[in-house]
Amino acid sequence: MQNLIMARSQMGTSLAFHIIFATIGVSLPLMMTIAEWRWRCTGDPTYLLLAKSWAKGTTILFAVGAVSGTVLSFELGLLWPRFMQYAGAVIGMPFSLEGFAFFTEAIFLGIYLYGWNRVKGWFHLLSGVIVAISGVLSAVFVTIANGWMNTPTGFDVVAGRIENIHPLIAMRNPAGIPEAVHMVLAAYTAAGFATAGIHAWLLLRRGRNRFDEVAIGIALSVGCFAVLLQGASGDALARMVAEKQPMKLASLEGQFKTESGAPLRIGGLPFPDERVTKYAIELPDGLSLLAFHRPNALIKGLDQEPRSVWPNVRAVHICFQIMVGCGSLLSLFAFGAAWLAWRRGPLTLHTGFLKALILVSPLGFVALEAGWMVTELGRQPWIIYHLLRTRDAVTSMPNVSITFGIMTALYVVLGIIVVWLVSRHVIAAPDTKQVERAEALV
Amino acid sequence: MNVASMLAAIILISLVLYSLLGGADFGAGFWDLMCFGKRRESQRELIAQAIHPVWEANHIWLILIVVLLFAGFSAVFSTFCLALAIPVYLMLLGIVLRGSSYVFRAYFTGSVHTQLYWGTVFSISSSLTPIILGIIIGAISGDPVIAHEGTSQNGFLATWLYPFPLAVGLLSLSLFGYLSACYLTVEAKEAALKDDFRNRALISGAVSVVAAVVTYILAGVSAQGIRLGLLNSPWARLTEVGAAISAIVAFRALWKRNFRVAQFAAAIQVTLILFGWGVSQYPYLIRPDLTISNSASPAPVISGLLIAIAVGALVLIPSLAALFRVFKADRKAISTGEFTPLF
Repeated sequence: MQNLIMARSQMGTSLAFHIIFATIGVSLPLMMTIAEWRWRCTGDPTYLLLAKSWAKGTTILFAVGAVSGTVLSFELGLLWPRFMQYAGAVIGMPFSLEGFAFFTEAIFLGIYLYGWNRVKGWFHLLSGVIVAISGVLSAVFVTIANGWMNTPTGFDVVAGRIENIHPLIAMRNPAGIPEAVHMVLAAYTAAGFATAGIHAWLLLRRGRNRFDEVAIGIALSVGCFAVLLQGASGDALARMVAEKQPMKLASLEGQFKTESGAPLRIGGLPFPDERVTKYAIELPDGLSLLAFHRPNALIKGLDQEPRSVWPNVRAVHICFQIMVGCGSLLSLFAFGAAWLAWRRGPLTLHTGFLKALILVSPLGFVALEAGWMVTELGRQPWIIYHLLRTRDAVTSMPNVSITFGIMTALYVVLGIIVVWLVSRHVIAAPDTKQVERAEALV
Repeated sequence: MNVASMLAAIILISLVLYSLLGGADFGAGFWDLMCFGKRRESQRELIAQAIHPVWEANHIWLILIVVLLFAGFSAVFSTFCLALAIPVYLMLLGIVLRGSSYVFRAYFTGSVHTQLYWGTVFSISSSLTPIILGIIIGAISGDPVIAHEGTSQNGFLATWLYPFPLAVGLLSLSLFGYLSACYLTVEAKEAALKDDFRNRALISGAVSVVAAVVTYILAGVSAQGIRLGLLNSPWARLTEVGAAISAIVAFRALWKRNFRVAQFAAAIQVTLILFGWGVSQYPYLIRPDLTISNSASPAPVISGLLIAIAVGALVLIPSLAALFRVFKADRKAISTGEFTPLF
């Protein structure tokens, strides 16, 4: 039992750490490529400076993401050897494809970062595009594998063993693509808003300058587009969960009773012992409408299954509320920004807007982390939904608490150094003088 | 040849490429630790420049090996992750510290003292990781059973902490250092710097020959199976002869300062050593009980993987060729400053 909790904690810590860097590896290349493309179209050196500055950030963060990803790929076996033995053959395909996508990303990132003076302009820009595309593809493949853990398909269970495996059908599992789209949009949202927020803060600190203005322009456009699409993607994902994992939906929503015309709860705290969710604002028929697009649709509650197979309903519900809350706030902010830009001209002229942007900028990452908590905690006690329990997959090696302690300490130290490095050498540079005379740097 | 053996061969080829490319990067980190004399700073500079644009891509061969292993031979992956958990964790620590300290050093522009500190972390972790990688290879080639039915057979230390795997660890470090020194003789521009790495290549090459002999002797104690393979399989003998010839060619070329030839011959030598190991290990993946056939995923799964690998290779090979053409061939620099309208 102790080992199980430690193994889950270690996996969770590794994922929570890695996802930040993976997200940046997916989205920053898009933004730096847009900046370079603007430079090649307009000849405005500010864009070139921006592309180089973002590329520098990408290098540091991508390197940490690559090594923490290596750790994760081994931890699948180190912590969950029975899961790998059971499922490796079925979900190996998306992992292998991810290996190739990631490989391509690393190769072209190398060319992009160090090849400014070595390759022709069009090839350099193309490298950026390839990095951005292959980053998205690796995210998609890995998330498809996670989708399979939620909605396993593509095999038969014969006498307790997995037989008749069809890797391609396993990859087309119902949760895979909706989750992958949600993840990629989340990556763009999180990194877009965070980057825009950092540049808003810099803009306020060093006064009006074109460098930060164009940076906010690109990053905020990416973030706003993504968060508005995220609404539709979230809806698709929720309807998939309602159909394929009704118990997960029930714990997301704190729905204990099976009922038709179930309400949508905003906020609230589930009390699993009393089987009720209290203090929520309830919108009548809201959940039925959202999940099945019918006001009186039947929503299965947690009462359909014994308590022993419930996830931690309270944690899942709270994380879900955090994710949806952050997403909704950012969507409102995106609408507000669009309206302000339309009615009042350039956004970066409004100090109030910049301050608000700084305030909301971390919410994308908060939503991303909360969303993964929802996916992972909501699937418990199963590692493969309705097939293999997490406790049956854990390693037989004793003292997982030691490795958990070491890996956590390592990640804490790495995290502190990365934050410090990025703030000193990517965010702080270029200084005001360089920003004003960007041509001199080219 | 059945599909499972084909996949195993592809994993072996990936391991060879990881050693030739990623291994040499680790070796370069080892030489960073061993820099001394009045050209110390220019030696370090050369090492940093040589691995800068490529180390990230070189590292991914390992990820490819892992994903192919757990897709195609999941029993093997879960067995060695269980019984060899400690060396695997140590290897991961080394990989994380090597990669992150490398970028931290490259991007740190503050005090020289802190930068040197990152350099030390980088070079020490670069030197330890190959040893552990070798220990893992040694442990899966040794005679003791490492795990059975999901539990480790001999605790978590005895599975790898005995002379044979440790000797393989030293052999790997010396080979990676030797490879890297040979590459650096080509990368260096000045004659004095070329000679520095020529001497290191000769020394580490000699050490690797000694390490190979020691490994072979120790195999008689705890790795009889693979020793018999090395002795009796005609293919293994062929690779041994080939490796010996290329070692002689490489040494002679180093001696005569024919660095391009030495680089090439050293790479062939390491390739043949690894192929020799692979041929003698065949048909086992983890001795003495997990073979290619008894641990392979069902044939349709492996066929699917082979197709995926073929498609992946179509993208990967031209990309890698581009990477090495851009950074490893002599090219004239193009100035970014020249703005040429794209459209």
